[in-house]
Order: sequence, then C-alpha cells, then structure tokens
Amino acid sequence: MSKEVLLIEDEPNIIEAIRFILSRDGWVVHTHSDGTTAFEKITEKQPDVIILDVMLPGRSGFDILHDVRSVSERPDIPVLMLTAKGQSKDRARAEELGVSKFMSKPFSNTDVLAAVRELAGQ
Amino acid sequence: MISFNLLVGICLAYVVFLFLVAFLAERRAARGLGGWLRSPMVYTLSLSVYCTAWTFYGAVGYAARSGLEFVTIYLGPTLVLVGWWWFLRKLVRIGQTQRITSIADLISSRYGKSNMLGVMVTLIAVIGTTPYIALQLQSVTLSFTVFAGEGAKWISQDHNATAFWVAVGLALFTVLFGTRNLDANERHHGVVIAIAVEAVVKLVALIAIGILVVWGVAGGPTDMINRIAESPIANAQISSSRWVGLTFLSAAAIFTLPRMFQVLVVENADENHLATASWAFPLYLMLMSLFVVPIAVTGLAILPEGSNPDLFVLSIPLSLGQNGLATLAFLGGFSSATSMVIVASIALSTMVSNHIVMPLFLRWQGASATISGDVRTLVLRSRRISIAAVLVLGYAYYSLTGGTEALAAIGLISFTGVAQVLPAMIGGIFWRGATRVGAAAGLSVGFIVWAYTLFLPSFGPDAFLSSGILQNGPFDINWLRPQALFGVTDMDPLVHAIFWSLILNSFAFFGASLISFPSPMERLQGAQFVNVFDHSRATWTWTEGHAQAEDLLMMAQRILGSEDAQALFRHAAEEQGKQGYLPEITPRFMETLERELSGSVGAATAHAMVSQIVGRSSVSVEDLMAVADETAQILEYSTRLEQQSEELSRTARQLQEANQKLTELSVQKDAFLSQISHELRTPMTSIRAFSEILMETDMLTPEEQKNYSTIIHDEAIRLTRLLDDLLDLSVLERGKVTLNAQEGNLSDLLDKAMSATSSMEDGADMVYSRRKIREDIVVRTDTDRLSQVFINLIANARKYCDAEHPRLKIKVTHRGDMVTVDFVDNGSGIPTKSQAIIFEKFSRLSDQAAAGGAGLGLAICKEIMANLGGDIVYLPGQGGAAFRVSFPLDMPEREED
Repeated sequence: MSKEVLLIEDEPNIIEAIRFILSRDGWVVHTHSDGTTAFEKITEKQPDVIILDVMLPGRSGFDILHDVRSVSERPDIPVLMLTAKGQSKDRARAEELGVSKFMSKPFSNTDVLAAVRELAGQ
Repeated sequence: MISFNLLVGICLAYVVFLFLVAFLAERRAARGLGGWLRSPMVYTLSLSVYCTAWTFYGAVGYAARSGLEFVTIYLGPTLVLVGWWWFLRKLVRIGQTQRITSIADLISSRYGKSNMLGVMVTLIAVIGTTPYIALQLQSVTLSFTVFAGEGAKWISQDHNATAFWVAVGLALFTVLFGTRNLDANERHHGVVIAIAVEAVVKLVALIAIGILVVWGVAGGPTDMINRIAESPIANAQISSSRWVGLTFLSAAAIFTLPRMFQVLVVENADENHLATASWAFPLYLMLMSLFVVPIAVTGLAILPEGSNPDLFVLSIPLSLGQNGLATLAFLGGFSSATSMVIVASIALSTMVSNHIVMPLFLRWQGASATISGDVRTLVLRSRRISIAAVLVLGYAYYSLTGGTEALAAIGLISFTGVAQVLPAMIGGIFWRGATRVGAAAGLSVGFIVWAYTLFLPSFGPDAFLSSGILQNGPFDINWLRPQALFGVTDMDPLVHAIFWSLILNSFAFFGASLISFPSPMERLQGAQFVNVFDHSRATWTWTEGHAQAEDLLMMAQRILGSEDAQALFRHAAEEQGKQGYLPEITPRFMETLERELSGSVGAATAHAMVSQIVGRSSVSVEDLMAVADETAQILEYSTRLEQQSEELSRTARQLQEANQKLTELSVQKDAFLSQISHELRTPMTSIRAFSEILMETDMLTPEEQKNYSTIIHDEAIRLTRLLDDLLDLSVLERGKVTLNAQEGNLSDLLDKAMSATSSMEDGADMVYSRRKIREDIVVRTDTDRLSQVFINLIANARKYCDAEHPRLKIKVTHRGDMVTVDFVDNGSGIPTKSQAIIFEKFSRLSDQAAAGGAGLGLAICKEIMANLGGDIVYLPGQGGAAFRVSFPLDMPEREED
C-alpha cells in the first residue's frame, strides 16, 4: 500500500512539480491550496506526511502547524514545511511549533523526496 | 511816637513769636499730636498768603487811584474757589497721588517727567517771582520810612540796609523751617501755622484800621457811605476790558503762582479741606476788602495832598496819633510781606533745587552720588542755598530798581508771567492729547510774548527796549509793536499782553500737541493725571494704621514665609517698645520691610506693594514702570529657561521620533525584503524544480516536456516583470523619474490601453462602456505613464471582475483644470477592510493563480499619479471595484532638484 502525502500549497506550478516528483516515486499526492480549510483536509485525509507552505491564502502555514500539533487526532504526524521567505526567524518559529523538517524554496527535488521518505519512516 | 529801635524790637519780638509758634507746631506734628494743625481752617488761613503787602497796602492805593478796580484782585480767587473748586480738587488729588512738590514738578511730571519742562517752569517762576519778592522788601522798607518820617534821624538810614537785613532775616526763618526736615510730601507744618497766624494778624490789623476810619473819623457807616459818594473814587472810570482781564488774571494766579500752588496743593493734608476753603477763603477776602474804600476815601480827605496812597493804612493812624493801631497795621503789612516771601522762597527753592541744582550736581558727580545712597544732606544743602539765592535775587532786584515805577506795577506783571503755565496745566489735567512738545511750545511762546509785550516795556523806554521799538516796532515793522501786536492799538497794555500771550501760548500748545506724538511715559502720566479720580483712593487716615500693619504682615508672609515675616514684625514691634507682633507703621519700619521684601521681589515691586497697602501715596507711574522692568527681567529669565528646557525636550522628542522612524523603516525594510524574497523565490522554485525534472527524467512525453518548458519560460518572464516593476517603483518613489510631457487625446489613450489588454486571456468577454464624446479632451501630461495606469486598471478589471457577464464602465469628467477618469466594473468589488491597503506594495488580495502579478501594480499606479500631479483612489459603494484617476489637464512643471 502506497503512502499518502498531503501537499498544502497555493502556487500551481510548484504543486505540479512536487506532485510529479512524488508520484514518480510511488506516493499518492493529495493537494490543497486554501489555508482556511487546510486543517479539515488534514483530518479528512489522514496522510502519512504533510508538505506545508507558509504563505497561504486565508491562513498561514504556522497556524495550521500549530493546530496539527495541539488539537488534531494525530499530533505526531510528520510535517515538512516549505517557505519562500527563507528567513532564519521563520525556521526558528517553525521549529518552536514542532515542525518535522523545514526547507527553503527553491529546493532540490532530490532533497524534497529524501525528506518525505525520511519522514515517512522509510 | 514810636522810635525806630522800638519798631525793630517789635519786629524781632514778632518774628520770635512766629518762630515759637512754628517750632511748637512742628514738635506736636512730629509727635503725631498735631491733629488741629491739619484743620481746614488752618488750610484756609494759609491760603491768605495770596494777600501780600501789595494787597495789604496796595489795595488802598489802588482804590485811591482807580476806584473799584482793585476788587478784581479778590474777585478772581473767589470765583475759582466757589465755582471751580472741583478743578482745585483734581489738582490736589493729582498733587497727592503723584507726590507733586511744586508747579514745575507738576508740569514736568505730567509730560513724561520732562526735566526740560521743569527747568522752563522754574525759570518762568523765578523771573516772575523775584520782582515780587523785591516788592515785599520795598513795602517793608517803605513802612519803616513812614514811621521814621517824623524822626529826622532815620531818614538818613540807608533803605537798602533795611531791605538787606529784612531779606537776611527772612532767609534765616525760611531756611530754619522750610528745610528742617526732608519730607517726601514737602509739607511744612511749622511754616503753615506761622502763615496762618500771620493771616489772622493782617486781617485784624486791616479791620482795626477800617473801624478806626468808619467810626473814629467818620460818624459811622451812613456817614462813610456819604463820604464815599462825594469822593472822586465814586466817579473813577471802570474799563470793562481791564475788569475781565484782571479778574481772569487773579483767578489764574490762585493756582499758578508758585507760592499759591505750594499752600493750595503741596501743603494740603486732606482734599476735603477744600470744601471749607471754598467758602471760608472768599469770606476772608471779602473781609480784607471791606474797608479798603473807606480807608482810601478817608486818606484822600484827611491827609495832605501828595501823600502816598499806598501807605494810607499806616499814615492814617499815625496822623491821628493812634500809635498802637499804627503798629498793628505795620505788623499786618510786615506779616503780609514775610508770609509771601517765606512761602515763595520755599516753593522756588524746591523747584530750583529739584530741577536745576540736583540734576546738574548729579550729572557732574556721575553715578557716585546716587550709589552712595545718602543724598539727603545734599538735597537739604541745595535747598538752603536755593532759598538764599532766591532772596539774594529779590534783594538785588530791589536795590537795582528800588522805588521806581516798575516795582509798583510788578504785581500784575508777575501774575501775567506766571499765568503762562495755565494752558499746559489745564490742558495737561483735562486733555490726554496734550504732549511735552505742546507744553514746551506753549510755555516758550507765552513767555516770549509776555516778556516782549509786558515785562521788558515795564522798565520804561530805553531800559531794555528802545523807544523806537516801542513806538514803531522792531525794524519799523508796525504790527510787531510790543504794545500793539498785530495792529491792536486801543487795548490797555496789560490786557493786551494778557490777551496775546495767553492766546498765542494756547495756540502753540494745542497746535504742537496735535502734531507731536507723546512718548509711552507721557501717555501713562497723561492718563494718570486726566483720570486721577479713577486711579487713586481718597486720602489715608491714621486710624487705619492697625489694620494696615496686619495687611502688611499678611503680604510679607506670602513673600518671606510666615516664620521670617512674623519674626521681622515682632522684632520691629519690640524695638518700638510695643507688645505683640504688630509694630507702628513708621517710615523706618517701612524702609526695613521694603528692604527685606526687595530681596525677594525687587526693590521697585517691594516699594509699590508697601505703598499700595499703606496707601499714603498711590503707586506712581514711575513705580509701576520700575515694577514692570523687574517683572520683565524675571520673565525674560524664566522665558529663557523655559525655552532652553523646551528646546531640550524638543530635541529629545525629535531624536525619539527619528529613532522610531528608523525602527519603523527597519521593520518596513525587513518586511519588504522578506516580501521580495518570497516573490523572487516562488517563480525560481518552479523554474528549479522543472529544470531538474527535465534534466533528470528521460521518459517524459513530448507533451510533458513542452508543458514544463513553458512553465519555466513563463516563470522566467514573471521574474523579469517583477524586477522591472521593483525598479520602476523605486524610481517613482524617489521622484527621480523623468517625465515626458506631451499632448494627447484622452480618448486615444484609453483606446490604446484597451488594445494593449485585449490579448489577455482573462476577461475576454469583458464588455466596455464608454462615452467617447466626453473623452474628447486634449491633455498635456506624460501620456505613456498615464496609459500605464489605464492598462493596469483595465487589466485588473479583466483579471478580478468575478461577474458572470463582466462589464467595465469608463467615465470621464472634466471639471476646471482637473480631469477624472472612473473605472467601475460590475464584480463583487474589494472588501471594505482591504480597501485601505490595496495601494500598498505586495498587497495582493487573491491567490496567485488568478493574479500573476506581484501586487505592485496599484502601488506603481499611485506613485505615477502622484508624479503627474494627480491621484488615484478607490471609490467604495459603486457596485463593483471602482477606481478614480484624477490629474490636471496640464501637468505642472516639477522643480528639478
């Protein structure tokens, strides 16, 4: 049974790229591009790994991460955070909130794949 | 027969008696027991200094020569005291509030403390009064002669020697009582009492002689009236112009003669005394004049032809063998003469000392005299010397002109000279517009005309003015003849002089006052004088002393603190041998208090405060000016401190603001960099990801390859556009953009913008609504930049209008120099909460998928419109997104920097 990834990202071209990379590796990729409803989507899909963008319409990735870690059914779900802002204080904040892995955009495809694999415990 | 030596002895005894009276009065006044010294009767009697030897002896002579004309001399003062006593009251009030010491001081003080005016009035007073003093010396000398008439031994006596010793005696008396102490108010209780006693002596003497002639010589009043009717006096011609002139002159004399001003104003202790004087003094004058005609008629009848009518008062009792009465009459005349000389020399010496000697001395000494503080001795010495000088002048005048006609006529001439002060005085008291220049002009003109028409001619032809000038005028200019100015020939010389001197004086005074501008000091003093009743309180009485000590203590407590103030007062009370903490308000205590207070509030303020409470004299303008000076200095100092601290806090505030701005800028810069980073990284992420896919994967379908390369291409273009926008915005924001103004039709510009956006995929079905007629406006602006804004707005409408059938209405309005273009679509518009931020950088509202831009478009539009001298705003409540672009028809030239 293939593992599932939930990609929460609003930039269509980046969604396309990540979907391609992970699908090729055998992952089932669900996508969602709205911050406001992202938490419901997580609860619904119960993915093995979440890839989370920071700048999202409606609600920021930090807020979603906070909810995942504090009020979700699976607070230990691995979350890979991607951000284009790439400032150190963003990384610090993400780690404070309990992010599993933090990566800056632009990223290397291999790194993203490796990170997802690692988080999924493969 | 009374021997000469006995007469001298009587004189000396009389003087010693006066001396004792004066001395006792001073002693009682010093002890504060002299309530009666300040009675209205004493005041009224002291006014009788008006009746000099010239009146005592001369009135009879006058009546013998000119009939009833002598009455005018009594009529004038009577009219003033009865009808004008409110004027005198104002004069007295001013004298008290302003601490006026003489008539020269009054004029000088009124016109801004001008010493020049003080000197002028002093000179006029000295010139006008010196002959008058000489006249008194002459009358005393003559009266001696009458007694000595039968004793051949005394005839050989030198008249001058008698006059000399009289002058010396009077000088001594005046110095002793006129300058015994230096009272701020220039009051001389001893002298005033002596004058009052002399007033009684003259009245009693004259009435005694009157009774002698009416009941002793004639057979009673009825017989007397018959005798009068038969005498030539009854038929004497009366010139109406002389009557008016003389009455006016004597009326003016009552307050302009220096000695009259001295007793009337300076020596006045309570202005209510005027009420008594207003009836009592006319009564006194009436009694003085009652027997003048009977004595004259009798003298003419019983004395040998050629007897001097001026001496009838003495010669009638002598010829009747009434030696006792004759001696009384002699004492009356002596009293008249001495009282006049004493008061006049006190008044003159005050003026000479205050306005001539002291200023000269202080200037000569420089500042040292004032610094050393004790000018008291100096002032006293200068007064004494001035008194001596005045009497020396009088004596000199007498010995030069003794016995001539000039001396006999001098009384009225003096009156006229001194009356020149009248316009400046009355004008100064009632008219605020009177100025120093006006007063000086009036005084000079009046004085010169008086000297030219009356004083100099009075010495007779060829004495000062040649008979040629008197008859034909100077340089044969007829209308300048001294006694017929401007061709007025049929006037009595005296009336002529009174008329012209005062008319020209008044014209000069009013004219010069109107064209000159008063200094602030003059205006203040003018107000103080004219409105004296608004500014001053009624006179102070001793009974308030206790209350005032309390008031002073309260005031002192506020300034010194209650402990120090109470200690000061208790100490002062102990020194005075009093129980408790309220001392008597003695001058010494006030001095101490002022000194203590001046440490805290400044000397002038301290003086003003103490004076205000004690109220012996109201605060003068000079005091107030000094207070104002001190206050100004303190204010200036505190203002400077305030300014300094204000500057400091301003600097601190500016620093704080600058700091805050820097912090804000730094935050903004961080946010901006973070935004730019995000905007740059997002397309770069796509580019990197897809290029890696393309590089690593061999099994991509050609379609996938094409799709992914297209993405890379589009994202590269997006990056480029973003960089272009950023650079554009940076240039626009710094105002460094080069604007290229050119003319263009607004309609064409909108057409161009529509065609530039027509290739966009979004909004392909957008329906435009325009009214081309209204768009037909030629504008002069940077048309490329304006088009850029139009394109941006149309593109936004195409991208974001979410209506099913999107429509965009473009509406042009032209009002005055401004053009507005509204872009209104029928979409859902921009939410109210976002309307405020849409013109901010990176303020993209929707997701990127629809936007395709970095959110810099509207920020750039805003900057462009600002550069074009216009604006772009969001119009809420238009049904959809609505933007209004406004700009001037003709772009203003921007200043190059």
